[in-house]
Amino acid sequence: MSSKIYDFSTLTGSIDAALNSWMSPGLAVLSEMVIIGLLFLTFYALLGLFLVYLERKVCAVIQNRVGPNRVGKWGLLQTIADLIKLLMKELIPIRKADHLLFLIAPFIVIIASFMAMGAVPFAKGLHVLDFNIGVFYVMAVSSLGVVGILIAGWSSNSKYSLIGAMRSGAQIVSYELSVGLSLMAIVVFSGTMSLSGIIESQADGWWIFKGHIPAFVAFIVFLIASTAEINRGPFDLAEAESELTAGFHTEYSGIKFAFFFLAEYINMFIVAALGATVFLGGWMPFHIGNWEGFNQVMDYIPSIVWFFAKTFFIIYVIMWFKWTFPRLRIDQLLTLEWKFLLPISMVNILLIAFLVMMHWHF
Amino acid sequence: MLNKQELSEIILKMVPEATFPEGTQLTEVIVPAENILALAEGLKNNKETAFDYMISLTAVDFTTNMTVVYHLDSTQFRHMIVLKVVLNDRENPLVDSVSSVWATAEFHEREVFDLFGIRFNNHPNLKRLFLEDDYGFPLRKDFRDEINIIER
Amino acid sequence: MSEEIIKDVIVRESEDYIINMGPQHPSTHGVLRFEVCLKGETVKYLIPHIGYIHRGIEKMCEADTYQQIIHLTDRMDYLSAHINNEAVCMVVEEAMQVEVPERVKYIRTILDELNRIASHQLWWCAFGMDLGALTAFFYGLRDREHILDIFEESFGSRLLHSFNTPGGLMHDVHPNFQKRTKEFITYFRKKLPEYDQLLTGNIIFQERVKGVGYMSREKAIAYGVTGPSGRGSNLACDIRKIAPYGAYDKVQFDEILMTEGDTFARYQVRMGEMLESMKIIEQLVDNIPEGDFTAKMKPIIKLPAGEYFKRVETARGELAVYVVSDGNKTPYRMKFRSPNFSNLFVMNELAAGGKIADLVAISGSLDLVIPDIDR
Repeated sequence: MSSKIYDFSTLTGSIDAALNSWMSPGLAVLSEMVIIGLLFLTFYALLGLFLVYLERKVCAVIQNRVGPNRVGKWGLLQTIADLIKLLMKELIPIRKADHLLFLIAPFIVIIASFMAMGAVPFAKGLHVLDFNIGVFYVMAVSSLGVVGILIAGWSSNSKYSLIGAMRSGAQIVSYELSVGLSLMAIVVFSGTMSLSGIIESQADGWWIFKGHIPAFVAFIVFLIASTAEINRGPFDLAEAESELTAGFHTEYSGIKFAFFFLAEYINMFIVAALGATVFLGGWMPFHIGNWEGFNQVMDYIPSIVWFFAKTFFIIYVIMWFKWTFPRLRIDQLLTLEWKFLLPISMVNILLIAFLVMMHWHF
Repeated sequence: MLNKQELSEIILKMVPEATFPEGTQLTEVIVPAENILALAEGLKNNKETAFDYMISLTAVDFTTNMTVVYHLDSTQFRHMIVLKVVLNDRENPLVDSVSSVWATAEFHEREVFDLFGIRFNNHPNLKRLFLEDDYGFPLRKDFRDEINIIER
Repeated sequence: MSEEIIKDVIVRESEDYIINMGPQHPSTHGVLRFEVCLKGETVKYLIPHIGYIHRGIEKMCEADTYQQIIHLTDRMDYLSAHINNEAVCMVVEEAMQVEVPERVKYIRTILDELNRIASHQLWWCAFGMDLGALTAFFYGLRDREHILDIFEESFGSRLLHSFNTPGGLMHDVHPNFQKRTKEFITYFRKKLPEYDQLLTGNIIFQERVKGVGYMSREKAIAYGVTGPSGRGSNLACDIRKIAPYGAYDKVQFDEILMTEGDTFARYQVRMGEMLESMKIIEQLVDNIPEGDFTAKMKPIIKLPAGEYFKRVETARGELAVYVVSDGNKTPYRMKFRSPNFSNLFVMNELAAGGKIADLVAISGSLDLVIPDIDR
């Protein structure tokens, strides 16, 4: 059944074979790394720009506005114009700032998001790295970003930045638990931590459908906790503009600010991609039981389309949160995590373990 | 709600030196500077007057004297009264603070201090409110702004 | 000035973490600075610093005629500009013993209430923004445009209209005025429930505002907190009820009072006042009597020597005008008791002990307009 889905590994495999026939194996690996690096850089930049554009359009729709519409068709080039503006802006040096850390911080944030992207399966066979501990890897790497945020807040020598960074630290460390536990729920269901393994296990139905209510609860917890983890509204306390002007990146300007900005959007993509992969079947098409005809039609839609459709659905939901909800207070934020989400996910994971032991899931 | 006659009787019991000018829009009382705090406390705590709400506290520079003007209201009876304290020492005007009676007076007094240079005894935090410490007192009639000389 | 008087009375502990909120800060809505002392996220105390846009309006008034002063009052509380104008006009009219035509009273009252709705709408937008609900801003501004359009059509300006003049109005209102006002009321009656759907009913919003910044009735009286902020603490301080002016004695409306005294109570008072304002406009707009748009006034207004005092209810509380005249064409002394001045200084009492986020919510709920504080 799944043989109809185009497997990108044939394409990547043939490129690999061609490169190996032209040059020595060591050189081939090196050139593959360069090619992938360049592809990722381009993809990263374009994705960041597109997500900023998308956010502006989505918030415009929610706010009865038109959104960007002057630069390019439907304002598509607006974010590129903004990027050029940011590139040309002065990098304001801060007196008494810790210059080395101040310089490093945006790179740590952006590297963390870049590394996490490496494990995302974009389509069948379109993987950079297919770890057998993929979920663990993404979790570990994406939470490195908080180090960058803490460093940024600390090194700016600004009180607002420091408060923002501390808030962010408390928030991300707390919500990491819920994200981890909700992902763990599906790991228990599928019996593997490998992202491709999790996708393969959803060939006969996505976990959100076949995992009973616990999987759905885990999905909701994941949505809330991951929104908090990427510092987006209503959990954007780290940069709460009405309280802390801009939080941890108050003192940054120009391209360094752009790095934070870009990393925020890429993190949103990664979180959405992870959610789509783990709960919504990744690139797996939508199948209904024994409806052979329907399933075949679904199979004709390329897997990469499925992946991006699901990811952008989650991205839309996260944006929707931001533009309709007021911001939480720091104590309410931590209460939500420690008193509600964490107990719920713990009970949930026990329930799932029980379900799996009894073989009650599909 | 008490009328002018009834109010003046109550006030005269508290401060016999008080005078009541005629032909004013609101009931006005002129009291000596040393009695103002006692009168303020009396007017606020007296059950019949209950002037618990200070609308405003301001001053007027009459060139011969400084007059501090208190506009009071009662949230219970909704009668109003204007207290006035005439300070003849223009160079170093001094009057008792009423901020212990009405909390809002603290800030109105700071404003008056800022703009008129009238000092208030026992004020908890008598600092200038709007202007720099070395700026003059702009609402005094003899104030001259040396920097922006626009005479009208 | 002796040193002891000027020195700061609050002895600062060395470990205090002091941040300056403002003068340029998104949540102070203007050039106001709070010196906030924090312990972690908790506010220990805060000291408001004002004077960043002190223009000396009271001093300027001493050199201006009464017609000119009208234009200065716009610049105090620019969101209830019309009501500020009216205060000065009424004090002059009372001093000159001019009887203004009924038509003027009706139109002034309608404009007051339109102004109040517009002001509360902007407050609602900004309050949503303060709490992080960014969409609220656009909903509020969308509806406020309709009022500003009505103003623009009649007075040629949208914010600072200076439409009142001693004795009446600058000129008659536009022929479309009644029709458009009625259109706006029907429009806004439909749109106001949207505000509740977006913000009031939101669980996060309620958590953020309920029980935050409690102000007792006694505290409100002591600090002279008036307007919707005072009425949120069950303080009946509506000048429109206490001493009716304009056409307020001819209309039926309720004074919204809340007993909770928290930020949510102040929020609900303002939401309720928008409805009441619409009720007032509906009662008046069809019955505007025909007649002159101004009483006959001399070109040069000289107030008889004496002292005059007048109070009005602006969108933020009680504005009192105190004029000392020596019989000249300019006032000898003009004092504006602005509502925001008194409302501001209760901030420390309300915010101390709360979180930074609460501070933002409280200052939003007091609806401060900084030019009105500084004057």
